[in-house]
Amino acid sequence: MAALALLLTGGGDAVSVSAPAGTRLAGRFAAIRGALGRRAVIALPYAWLAVFFLVPFLIVLKIAFSNIQLSMPPVEPVMVWTADHVLQLRLHFSNFTFVFGDELYLAAFVNSLQVAGVSTLFALLIGYPMAYGIARAPGAWRNILFLLVVLPFFTSFLLRVYAWMGLLGRSGPINALLMQLGIIHEPVQLLQTDFAVYLGMVYSYLPFMVLPLYSAIEKLDLTLLEAAADLGCRPAKAFFMITLPLTKEGIFAGCLLVFIPAVGEYVIPALLGGPDTLMIGRVVWDEFFGNRDWPVASALAIVLLVILAGFVLLLQRVQAQEGEA
Amino acid sequence: MNDRRSFFVLTMLVFGFAFLYLPIIAMVIYSFNASRLVTVWDSANSPTLAWYVELFHNSQIMDAAKLSFRIASVNATGAVILGTLAAFALQRYRKFRGRAMFGLLTTAPMVLPEVITGLSLLLLFVALEQGIGWPSGRGATTITIAHMTFSMAYAIVVIQARLATVDRSLEEAAMDLGARPWKVFAVITLPLIASAIASAWVLAFILSWDDIVITSFVSGPGSTTLPQLVFSKVRLGVSPDINALATILVLIVSLAVVVAGTYMMRRDRRRMRDSQAAQGATG
Repeated sequence: MAALALLLTGGGDAVSVSAPAGTRLAGRFAAIRGALGRRAVIALPYAWLAVFFLVPFLIVLKIAFSNIQLSMPPVEPVMVWTADHVLQLRLHFSNFTFVFGDELYLAAFVNSLQVAGVSTLFALLIGYPMAYGIARAPGAWRNILFLLVVLPFFTSFLLRVYAWMGLLGRSGPINALLMQLGIIHEPVQLLQTDFAVYLGMVYSYLPFMVLPLYSAIEKLDLTLLEAAADLGCRPAKAFFMITLPLTKEGIFAGCLLVFIPAVGEYVIPALLGGPDTLMIGRVVWDEFFGNRDWPVASALAIVLLVILAGFVLLLQRVQAQEGEA
Repeated sequence: MNDRRSFFVLTMLVFGFAFLYLPIIAMVIYSFNASRLVTVWDSANSPTLAWYVELFHNSQIMDAAKLSFRIASVNATGAVILGTLAAFALQRYRKFRGRAMFGLLTTAPMVLPEVITGLSLLLLFVALEQGIGWPSGRGATTITIAHMTFSMAYAIVVIQARLATVDRSLEEAAMDLGARPWKVFAVITLPLIASAIASAWVLAFILSWDDIVITSFVSGPGSTTLPQLVFSKVRLGVSPDINALATILVLIVSLAVVVAGTYMMRRDRRRMRDSQAAQGATG
């Protein structure tokens, strides 16, 4: 029984030894029950994630190495039992050579990274002063402004993107205003342009940038800035030498929270972008739903994932090095 | 110098919030516009509630809203149960086999692009249907499973953050007095983390209620959620009844956030007062 308990807890939880025989047995019993409970607490969510997150992932990987065929599902089996009962593994690298060989996919990847990068930069440029202003606002105002940043989180992403369709349209208020001011004489095409995509990205992901920046700036020790001022440091210099370096973690977190979802974004380019706005999320979608080419869609997903994982690891490494320095 | 800096910060604050809110305000205003051309104001017949009336008579939208509500509720409940267990495992059981993998699996769904999550889950459902015959076809069940998988990750973050601040000596005291682990959890831990569980539930509900990309991959012909319907409508251009729908949703959410916000502010103030009183008593 003790062996069983030991086995279940992995030898971690010691069973009482010095207690009298009766309580010792009860103690062991409780230990086993506790261990079983502990197992269940871990196993349930673990199993869920393994089945619905890890396994699907492996299937994507498998299908990325498969070939398209006319059937349901429209892919050739990867593992085949041959006539002489040998399990044959049929892996095709053609999807990857196809993806890397085609300029369209390459352009989609490059464009996605560019759109995400520029949008992240603009979100940072707008978001940093905002976060700074909120963190430095007087008490009651700070709570209200904070809530105002959080509020868009809870209002539908889709509807907030949709709001821009009306504003940017040919008969929309932005065109009307520009014409009233005499800047343009006839409506210009704003919707279905790359400009609209950038605008939508910055707009949708701005709260993701402001929140981590706010918590980083709020934590900042103000006496450091006072000390710098007392020693004759100009505010601008103090900002670049003290505030900015000390809120670096917030900047990293904010940029990551904007950049990562922006690279794979589908809704914004689909609604605000033109037919020629190439973004990888949209290409995966079209390959899957439009062309029904599951293997190529899977291969694109794998490449996208490798790129994103590379970015996260790179940023983590940079951060770790900063921490050491 | 200082004035100039605070002027810049103030300008950016005004600009930033105007940027965040003007599109939403415009959407609300246009929902009362009689013109079918949404952004061309028909001053003769506006404001009107015509689009709201039409919205509630549109059975397609109402059905989709009901389906979305059902999926979001079930999803939130499931995600919170699994999320609480996972948060407890990560926070309380420091060492167990496969912990690193578990940590990765619980955070990855938050950073994975939605097209990849959606694609991979659909491929799983197709493979499962071929292999064991379940789930037969795709619909509310597969959507709920998919939503639970990614919203659970968010629930874990919220609940784990609260668990980390819970005073463990209370749990240990109960344990020393002979309470079983489950009882300790139900009587001591659960009430302490109840507010975090409630926030996680709301968050999971909203994530599901709002999701379009993952849903589109795993839904079937018979099940159209509200975002799917909205998306297919607005792809063809702006539509006045969608403005009315958006206004209603924005109104509900704003009210909820304002209520939650004032509640939280009051609680903070009360806590501050209590701790001051306690310090006064001891000092």
